Amino acid sequence: MNSTLHTSGRVTQTISPIARFGWAIADAWTITRRDLTHWRFRPGAVIVGWIFPLMIVLMFGLLFGGAIRVPNGGNYFEFLMPGMFATTMLFGLETTMIAVTTDASKGVTDRFRSLPMSASAVVLGRCTADILNSIVGLALLIGAGLLLGWRWHAGMSAALGAVGLLLLLRFALLWVGIFFGLLAKGPESVTSVQILVWPISFLSNVFVSPSTMPSWLGAIAQWNPLSATTSAIRQLFMNPGWQAGSWVSEHAVLMALVWPMLLVAIFLPLSVRAYRRLNR
Amino acid sequence: MESRAFAIAARGVRKQYAGAKDGTGLNGFDLEVQSGSVCGLLGPNGAGKTTAVKILSTLLELDDGQASVAGLDVMTQARQVREHIGLVGQYAAIDEILTGRQNLVMFGRLNHLSSRQAELRADELLEQFALTDAGKTPASKFSGGMRRRLDLAASLIVSPSVLFVDEPTTGLDPAGRREVWVAIRSLVATGTTVLLTTQYLEEADQLAHRISMLKEGRVIAEGTPDSLKSALGGDWLDIVLRPGVETATVAQIVKLVACGDIRIDTQANRISVPVTDRMRALITVTTALSEAQIEPEDLALRRPTLDEVFLHLTGPAGAENLLEVAS
Repeated sequence: MNSTLHTSGRVTQTISPIARFGWAIADAWTITRRDLTHWRFRPGAVIVGWIFPLMIVLMFGLLFGGAIRVPNGGNYFEFLMPGMFATTMLFGLETTMIAVTTDASKGVTDRFRSLPMSASAVVLGRCTADILNSIVGLALLIGAGLLLGWRWHAGMSAALGAVGLLLLLRFALLWVGIFFGLLAKGPESVTSVQILVWPISFLSNVFVSPSTMPSWLGAIAQWNPLSATTSAIRQLFMNPGWQAGSWVSEHAVLMALVWPMLLVAIFLPLSVRAYRRLNR
Repeated sequence: MESRAFAIAARGVRKQYAGAKDGTGLNGFDLEVQSGSVCGLLGPNGAGKTTAVKILSTLLELDDGQASVAGLDVMTQARQVREHIGLVGQYAAIDEILTGRQNLVMFGRLNHLSSRQAELRADELLEQFALTDAGKTPASKFSGGMRRRLDLAASLIVSPSVLFVDEPTTGLDPAGRREVWVAIRSLVATGTTVLLTTQYLEEADQLAHRISMLKEGRVIAEGTPDSLKSALGGDWLDIVLRPGVETATVAQIVKLVACGDIRIDTQANRISVPVTDRMRALITVTTALSEAQIEPEDLALRRPTLDEVFLHLTGPAGAENLLEVAS
């Protein structure tokens, strides 16, 4: 290994793959810490992001919930909470997209690209920070749900499995966010995604059962990836609303694994391609 | 290594953007920059300045041709090139939420300094760029000039041997511009090679040892600011008229000595005439003026400004842009 010490102290080396991997992890952690520092300096945006799903819970749970009947019986609030957990993962898409677009439009991405750091570290750092953000948001929402009377009726392992499925969905949406964030021309374009998030969450089994919709619309709602995760965690938490008689709902856990993996399979390569195309 | 003497070397570089409007790419771009010197890349919007910087700093791939920085090929040795360069892009590429110091420490860590080294270096740089007091303030509260200085500092964390600075003063007020000029000059004193792009002729004249003038993706003239000025041939005779004097009459007189197009600035009441034989021109014009009983406000011989060189070389497309710069 030959190495030369620069005046400023940086060591330049012909580095081994293992050392390179080590640097990628260290760089990723630097990027993650940058985001955690953002939380500290701009707590407003992060806290609103965490509280917003709770507002929706209160709105649907207390305002509309009385008028909504859960098919096959059951408490609407217990029906709603798993759906809101999944929707919170969907909201995370905006966080990712805003962060990626802001860095690209402010030239920060270009600076990262001009540094001798690994490109994967930028993404890995983004990933860690966003997943951490979602974990905190999810924990707060679970805590609030428990306070408001939501319960899970299964064992701890099933509950942890449900959390795992939620984070898997978040991980998949991360790549969707990175891809569209790189595609967007500036933070303004994120607005359209903020709007699109709503039809996606309404056209699912989050707020009402697809069996109450016109059959063609209900079919779309059932096949929504958000519905897959929602059904699966309703099943794991043993909350009402998952026992509908269609193929998708009978294979909810399978679908909650397949959908996110499919999204990753599509959007991870697309994101890598979009990042590479920055130098065209 | 063959191009050791040149910190930056580019030969026949071509770059076309897919579906982009004409003129923003590079079209046979050549450049040689000596180690330790400042090269000014001068040209109007869309001449390809930023494209050139992005290719040389490994952010963009070239379509054709060759380019090396610090003796390393930008295409095949991009990673090694990145260990030798600093980039100050067109936008101040700093994290607005972090403080000045946190920005520098973060970029230090990403340059693989230990956290102690990164902190020491951050403090050094804050002092060097007169930002120590602002070091604890979020960058979003910085003035334009301070942002640019922080941006410069961030690109100097590892003392790059080659620094790319893309339009460092665009959008800054005169005070901010002066701050940045002082910062760049102090860098040059440490021996860093600098490639600077600008659309301000004054800036290139002030900062650069050599200037390459860019038009439609290729270098149309290259040399020291002085040699570019003398490349235009002769000197200029400037006549400033008193209010009320017909510029047309005087224009007729100076035609006797003009060796090129006469320029008339009606607002400043000034006529500029390119001349070859300075003394003969001076005597002929003063004699003719006194015969016509016109007493000018001012009359002087001078070397051409870079504006005039630029106009001469770039033609009408350049002229439009210069009007904007001059106003």
